[in-house]
Amino acid sequence: MVGGVAVVGPLMAGAPPVPSTFAGAAEAVAVAVLLTEFAMLRSALLRPQVRLYALQSLAVSTLAVVVAVSRHLGDLYVLAGVSFALKVVVIPVVVTRLLRETGDELGTLRGRIGVATMVLVALAASGFGFFAFDSLHITSRSLPTSALGVAGATILVAFLLVILRTDVVSQAVGFFALENGISVASLVLAASLPIIVEVAFLFDLLVAVVVFGLLARVHHGRTRTLATDVLGRLRG
Amino acid sequence: MLIAVLAVPLVAALVSWRSRTRLAQAVTVASGTATCGLALALVGAAGSHVARALHGWLRADALSVVFLVATAFLYAVTAVFTVGYMGPDPGGSLRYSRRFYAGLNLFAWAMVTATIVNGLPLLWVAIEVTTVVSALLVAIDDTDGASEAAWKYVLIASMGLGIALLATVVMYYAGSSQLGPAYQPFYEPLLGAARHFPPQVTRLAYVLAVLGFGTKMGLVPVHTWLPDAHSEAPTPVSALLSGSLLGVSFYAILRYYQLATRALGPAFPRDVLLAFGVASLVLAALYLASQRDLKRLLAYSSIEHMGILAIGMSFAAPIATFGVLLHVLAHAAAKATAFFGAGSVVRKFHTKDMDQVRGGVGSLPWSGPLLVLAVLALSAMPPFGIFRSEFMIVAGGLSDPRDAVAAALVVLVTLAFLGLTWFASQTMLSPDPEGLVTGEVSAWIPAAMLAGLGALVVLGVHLPGQLAHLLTRAAGELGTVR
Repeated sequence: MVGGVAVVGPLMAGAPPVPSTFAGAAEAVAVAVLLTEFAMLRSALLRPQVRLYALQSLAVSTLAVVVAVSRHLGDLYVLAGVSFALKVVVIPVVVTRLLRETGDELGTLRGRIGVATMVLVALAASGFGFFAFDSLHITSRSLPTSALGVAGATILVAFLLVILRTDVVSQAVGFFALENGISVASLVLAASLPIIVEVAFLFDLLVAVVVFGLLARVHHGRTRTLATDVLGRLRG
Repeated sequence: MLIAVLAVPLVAALVSWRSRTRLAQAVTVASGTATCGLALALVGAAGSHVARALHGWLRADALSVVFLVATAFLYAVTAVFTVGYMGPDPGGSLRYSRRFYAGLNLFAWAMVTATIVNGLPLLWVAIEVTTVVSALLVAIDDTDGASEAAWKYVLIASMGLGIALLATVVMYYAGSSQLGPAYQPFYEPLLGAARHFPPQVTRLAYVLAVLGFGTKMGLVPVHTWLPDAHSEAPTPVSALLSGSLLGVSFYAILRYYQLATRALGPAFPRDVLLAFGVASLVLAALYLASQRDLKRLLAYSSIEHMGILAIGMSFAAPIATFGVLLHVLAHAAAKATAFFGAGSVVRKFHTKDMDQVRGGVGSLPWSGPLLVLAVLALSAMPPFGIFRSEFMIVAGGLSDPRDAVAAALVVLVTLAFLGLTWFASQTMLSPDPEGLVTGEVSAWIPAAMLAGLGALVVLGVHLPGQLAHLLTRAAGELGTVR
């Protein structure tokens, strides 16, 4: 195995290497992380968007388990468990409760540009992210390095989600999705990061979720909407 | 001692959460003073050796202590100012008071922690905590402006810190090329191995770090949250945000700068800082001239000074690096003093709109003149510390091959000076309007301002020997070793 890819026998010398089951599974899960983010970007309703985030987080937790199994990194089981509890359960519950309390589903997709343009821009950004990270020729002991390109694409699309959508829930979900992209990058680059540091990152995310929730409530309390179009008073 | 530095503000936060206003105020002042005393006690020791605690998870070298002193001093004077500014009944309720004082102490704790934790991942965690706590403090007044500023702040700063987290991960990967796949990401092993880090990966980590932590530092073009948050937060929070938090974020960048200069040589790290620094200084100088909101004016002045810090680090001369570190201390004292004066004006005139403020010096017999002096200090007038630090930065720049940058710096600082002095002449030194009631809002406010200006005079006229030694050693830690 070299960088998560099986070395093939002499009969196939010269042909592209065949990915191992591990590499194929890992890449498939990484791509699932990116695809769910595209779905989040074009989701008009906020509740499905939150469910998509939970699905994306589930994929990230699964990826951590895949790395833990294949590379015998016991700490990653703990990380996957904490990550699952926080990102698949707690965060979606917190955001869904916010939506229930405010009763504001918005109904139509609120964005700075149309859906089709948004997806096209996201495609271009993810292509750029993928090839930019791929061009670094980073080798990883834990995952196929193509997963790093996918992580780069996920991070850029998360930025677009925050910039192009104009409601507080999508913007908060965009930040949480950014963290998922970084989690994938972390699994590629730093799977052996001390568990205490990883848990500190996740604890920090939990605190951020609480603060985002509080401020979103404050925003809704003052404006009676989750939309951010009204946030234009402070300029100059 | 490091454990005490960490524990005191945290205990103060917990006590304030359950206390009545008077007790919370007393605890906050005591905690600020004690933390400042502990930080100053570290100055002498840090000039000769590195302090450690908690099995190496806490570490204070000279660079850490410079930023710790700036943060702790600001914590102390802000605590004193807050007693006068908030009064005996802040926000009209005990609930507000408890939230405010607990938040203020927790915010100071997070900033203090950032300066003494050992390693890039924990540094990131501490700075992220500063974001979430300070965002709640920005929103605490529950106005339309505060709500908008807090949302923009938490969103933009968190996205920036997301980039900084990626930088942390990428730098960990760079370290693993020399230290093995699993290692404790403390500073010392990283600094020891940095010269063999893969250049391309280190370059990526460094740029991501400058962009990410630069968002918190207020570097242009990722500064957009800063004027809103500084102007809408309660004034004690504005002072801490501007004088301390921006500095702590700069400290994080310097930690990456240390690694990058060892791995890549000095040219690339300096060029990156130069680009952000020039952009920040140009934009701030232009915006300073057009501000009508007193606190936004000071916010843009902060962007200007962060630009000066970044440009100063881009100069090769050691005197410029010394000047940058001195500037961190002097800017913290000057900006806090100016915000305290602005708070006094806001309380007196019930507005931040400079067009509606006239006769500031006449109506505020102490804090009015002190605010004018603070503005002059921010404009790099002698005998204050910023004059000395900017003089050293420019002197370093003129000895650099890129001396045109030093000349541009002088021009842009002069532009900023014009913006600030316009404010002083229009609002503070204008004739007193009819029926003006003379008197201070509270004696605590000028007391805090006197402490800030006193520190500025000391930094400008006679730098204490131990502090000078500390700054020299910290500048040495930032020097290129290759």
